[in-house]
Amino acid sequence: MASLGGMLDHARFCEDSALTQGLLQRLDPRVKLCGLLALILVAVSARRLEVTLAVLLLGVGLAACSRISVKVLATRTWAGVLAFTGIIALPAVFITRGDAVLPHWPITWQGLTTALRLIVRAETAATLAGLLVLTTPWTHVLKGLRTLRVPAVLVVILGMTYRYIFLLVRLAEDFFEARRSRMFRALSRPEQRRMAGAAAGVLLNKSLQLSEDVYLAMQSRGFRGEAYTIHDFHMERRDWIAGAGFAAAAALAFWGGFR
Amino acid sequence: MHIPDGYLSPSTCAAMYAGAAPFWYVALRRLKRTFNARMIPLLSLMSAFCFVIMMFNLPVWGGTTAHAVGMGIAAVILGPWASMVAISIALLIQALFFGDGGITCYGANCFNMAIVGSLAAYTVYRAISGRTPVGSPRRIAACALGGYVGINLSALCAAIEFGIQPALFHDASGAPLYAPYSLSVAIPAMLAAHLSLAGVAELVIGGALLAYLQRIDPALLLRTAPGAANDESILIEAMGWDKLRPLWIGLAVLMLITPLGLLATASAWGEWGPEDLRNPGIRQEIAAASGNVAPPVNVPSGLEKLSTLWTAPMPDYAPGFLKSEKLGYICSAMFGTGLILGAWLALGGAIRLISNRLQPPPGEAQKFVN
Repeated sequence: MASLGGMLDHARFCEDSALTQGLLQRLDPRVKLCGLLALILVAVSARRLEVTLAVLLLGVGLAACSRISVKVLATRTWAGVLAFTGIIALPAVFITRGDAVLPHWPITWQGLTTALRLIVRAETAATLAGLLVLTTPWTHVLKGLRTLRVPAVLVVILGMTYRYIFLLVRLAEDFFEARRSRMFRALSRPEQRRMAGAAAGVLLNKSLQLSEDVYLAMQSRGFRGEAYTIHDFHMERRDWIAGAGFAAAAALAFWGGFR
Repeated sequence: MHIPDGYLSPSTCAAMYAGAAPFWYVALRRLKRTFNARMIPLLSLMSAFCFVIMMFNLPVWGGTTAHAVGMGIAAVILGPWASMVAISIALLIQALFFGDGGITCYGANCFNMAIVGSLAAYTVYRAISGRTPVGSPRRIAACALGGYVGINLSALCAAIEFGIQPALFHDASGAPLYAPYSLSVAIPAMLAAHLSLAGVAELVIGGALLAYLQRIDPALLLRTAPGAANDESILIEAMGWDKLRPLWIGLAVLMLITPLGLLATASAWGEWGPEDLRNPGIRQEIAAASGNVAPPVNVPSGLEKLSTLWTAPMPDYAPGFLKSEKLGYICSAMFGTGLILGAWLALGGAIRLISNRLQPPPGEAQKFVN
């Protein structure tokens, strides 16, 4: 239940953050999508740690200009990535062969570099991807995907999927809440498994019923198998300037990363 | 198993996108060919369902929990190609919106989970379920095992992608640029976690959902069950005495003629024991049967040590209490056949027991709705 609640909380926070008036929120979603993707790509490709760190700093700067505090980045993005990547990277500090940091110590410079590189790279990519979602309503991200030549039918399915994820999460929360409110003792592990299995079954059944209802609703509104998306974005002067800025930063990082 | 950004080199990511692209292309073409407007909401809701099911943590061994991906049930309901699209969409939302799995590694994640997972789960499901009716307990085992195999093959692919990074991409000092662990570390680490935890979650969820669908909406399973017997009585009839009588008679005849094996005097090639390797006569037979290559002079120490680990109760099909070799052969055949039949009966009973436990009693499901 905690993970279901956390997901809803995250989504609500992102929607609120995307509606505030900051630098990135004002930009055309297509510019943001292409610019941030380009920065992620160069941050992941860069062979020099300083370059990846510079891109991370740029991301933090963009976040600050978009009214997203370092605290929000730290709690919503960095902590999770550090916990996951840190556990994976930690053994590398000891088992990577190379020059020992101190005599008779199993820690090597190469191991430290590898672990640090992995963590910084993962944090940078997660920060930039997080910025996209924190500054852009999901519907605009989907429209932006059309500019990347993603087929319209996929964009429609993506939009619908996103919308129904919340409904299903809410339903799942209700299942577990209803069950918990009728319990007098903690469930044993086999009982927990049975409960999760039954809840998943009900959820599947609801999903299938819902798909039929949605289909009928689409038919009644004139859907005949052709998917369309509305393009109502207009590039303004600040969008062109931001686009040029993203391109320059990505080119500079690319050049620096492979120098 | 969701690979984050920074773990794979850009060239590996590009290769994985290239590897996934033909499957996406074929999947979309197939969807278009068999496209009907009903597929859009069905795919959307299945993607949403896969997404939500990844958030269900199941208690497994020793106080740990694991989540399923839903690849088994998605492949069974939608077929492998539509399942690829549905899981790819769920992964895209996870990567873009929730930062679970990287954007540059999206191709690799889709290749592992959506493509390899769906194809493996579907292949295993079809192979095990065969032409059994859609309500057969065998289909529950097939779906559960399909999901288990699918998620473990996905983990193996991810481990290989991780494991090749240090050898291919490192700096001048030898420090790995991306994932730091070689194949010898990455494969056991990934497979241990998935064989014992995530695979079990996928197995339980896959089996439970199929059992649920068999009760609630069996028609949904017909899409991926071509040629399935549509009547339980067909299976019962096929299992009846009349249909199986020739097989039982054939089995009895085979048991009676097992002493024919005694006509062959030499030992089977490669089945030599330490005493055979010490016997000069048998050594000559071994050399003659092995292209005149003589066996080692001394019995290999490993062979000698391990051969004493287990002493069979009826060595060489000759029970100690019988003096006649022929009768011993026939008794051994009957005993062995009885053991095999007993094992299958026990397995069938276990599958029935598990399927009964997985299926919620009538009315149980409604408890969750209210």
